[in-house]
Amino acid sequence: MTVGLTQYLIVAAILFTLGVAGIILNRKNIIIILMSVELILLAVNVNLVAFSAFLGDLTGQVFGLFVLTVAAAESAIGLAILVVYYRNRGSIAVEDINMMKG
Amino acid sequence: MSPDFHLGPVLPEFILAVGALALLMVGALRGERSTWLVTELAIVVLGVAFLIDVGTPTHGVLMFDGAFLDDAFGRFMKGLALLGSIVTLVMSIGFMRQQGIDRFEYPVLIILSTLGMMLLISAHSLISLYLGFELMSLALYVLAAFDRDNVRASEAGLKYFVLGALSSGMLLYGASLIYGFAGTVLFDGIATALQGHAQIGVVFGLVFLSAGLAFKMSTVPFHMWTPDVYEGAPTPVTAFFATAPKMAAVAITVRIIITAFPGIIAEWQQIIIFISIASMALGSFSAIGQTNFKRLMAYSAIGHMGFALVGLAAGTEAGVHGVLIYMSIYLVMTLGTFAAILMMRRGGLNVEMTADLAGLGQTHPAMAFFLAMLMFSLAGIPPLAGFFAKFYVFQAAIQANLYGLAVLGVLSSVVAAYYYLRIVKMMYFDAPLGTFDRPNRGVSFVLGAASLATLLFWLDPGPLVVGAAAAARSLF
Repeated sequence: MTVGLTQYLIVAAILFTLGVAGIILNRKNIIIILMSVELILLAVNVNLVAFSAFLGDLTGQVFGLFVLTVAAAESAIGLAILVVYYRNRGSIAVEDINMMKG
Repeated sequence: MSPDFHLGPVLPEFILAVGALALLMVGALRGERSTWLVTELAIVVLGVAFLIDVGTPTHGVLMFDGAFLDDAFGRFMKGLALLGSIVTLVMSIGFMRQQGIDRFEYPVLIILSTLGMMLLISAHSLISLYLGFELMSLALYVLAAFDRDNVRASEAGLKYFVLGALSSGMLLYGASLIYGFAGTVLFDGIATALQGHAQIGVVFGLVFLSAGLAFKMSTVPFHMWTPDVYEGAPTPVTAFFATAPKMAAVAITVRIIITAFPGIIAEWQQIIIFISIASMALGSFSAIGQTNFKRLMAYSAIGHMGFALVGLAAGTEAGVHGVLIYMSIYLVMTLGTFAAILMMRRGGLNVEMTADLAGLGQTHPAMAFFLAMLMFSLAGIPPLAGFFAKFYVFQAAIQANLYGLAVLGVLSSVVAAYYYLRIVKMMYFDAPLGTFDRPNRGVSFVLGAASLATLLFWLDPGPLVVGAAAAARSLF
């Protein structure tokens, strides 16, 4: 079997689904949510690079580089907010994020 | 596009970018004492950008290989976003000092976030859309958690970050599918590639893209963050969240749907109609039980975004015209209401329950009158501005034969009137709880000006209606 565009898209879709499921189903630790976010962004990059290669168009790879850059900034800010939260609350368990409801 | 580079069309963005970097340097070199100076200079920078934005003519120039489009629609929405940023910055000076969180990073983050909004509004390719979206969002995450020693503010920041990162991931996945199946990232290129037939891959991508945008507009089913973030974040930051980013999110949603997907109207119309009806209904019914004023405004915002999208669902020039008028009037009403929330201070502490407004008609008659006018306007009672906002979007929906949508919209605005009128009832018919502290002059001015603007809008609606019509025309 040759590996074509469809196979790449299926891999990316699986990674994306795993990432979303990791955010929604995870009940333990916020660090795992940050890892899931990275998984989503990397799934997108697989998509972009695969499309770029099969279309013969470099735009997708440029887009991929921008996504990598923004992902780094995003996880930096996410970890900073997490540290601030931990200092105030003394916990980073997902079930403890319940100060406001309704 | 001519090969030589003209700065003119991107001058407001350029001023904001350079201004943010310069103010960051001022703050870093002069330390915490420079907060007041940096805030004043930030207001000047935003003000200059606003004057250039509304004061110079535009003819629809494409720049940076089609990534950035400067047109009348963009200028209109950028003007609204800048206005929201300037007014919230003015309102926050006193509050931040009282709370002991007056740090110079705050105005710099506001400028960076506004810059992101302006790039987002003018985006004409999926890449610039994503970069503008992230520049706006990353600054907003930090702003939500700006009161870093407060557990509620940091929780708000964390919730906003986690859900925001999920939504930008969805937006990006959608963008990658649209790029792959349309073969280009430029909006006009996508429209050309989609002529006549809808590819399933693109429709799939559009669904994910709408999910990301719906999150930023705080519309159902991606509204869950709104009440918590509105309640937890410091009040001036909430006022900022409720105004400027909403303008940018609605603007880019209208732009991408009208310019990139005119060929598959049947597909996106279903999505927009669903989002619109669900948001109007949820916004109206969930707000009924709220006792916290900021939380109530969060549900009110969800409902109002639903009303604004009624105009977009029509998909016509009249519909976009209605959306633009709706967003302008919504901006003024929201800024006024948050000014009133900022004035709710008793004994040096901020109070934010609706019950704290009891008897305001006796203790502070002027504030009670202004707030009552804003509540009537939010409920959409003629002849206040809020009525005209709803009138234009519902008229466009009826012209597009969306009778069901218009009827549901009117019904949910009747339900929503209940909780706005309950606040008026509390202010005038309940026993007073005591007086509020003497308010900051800037905040009182914003409340008075916003309230009078909504009250007297019917005297001269011309400039707004004509300006919005020109902006809507530039999109088609």
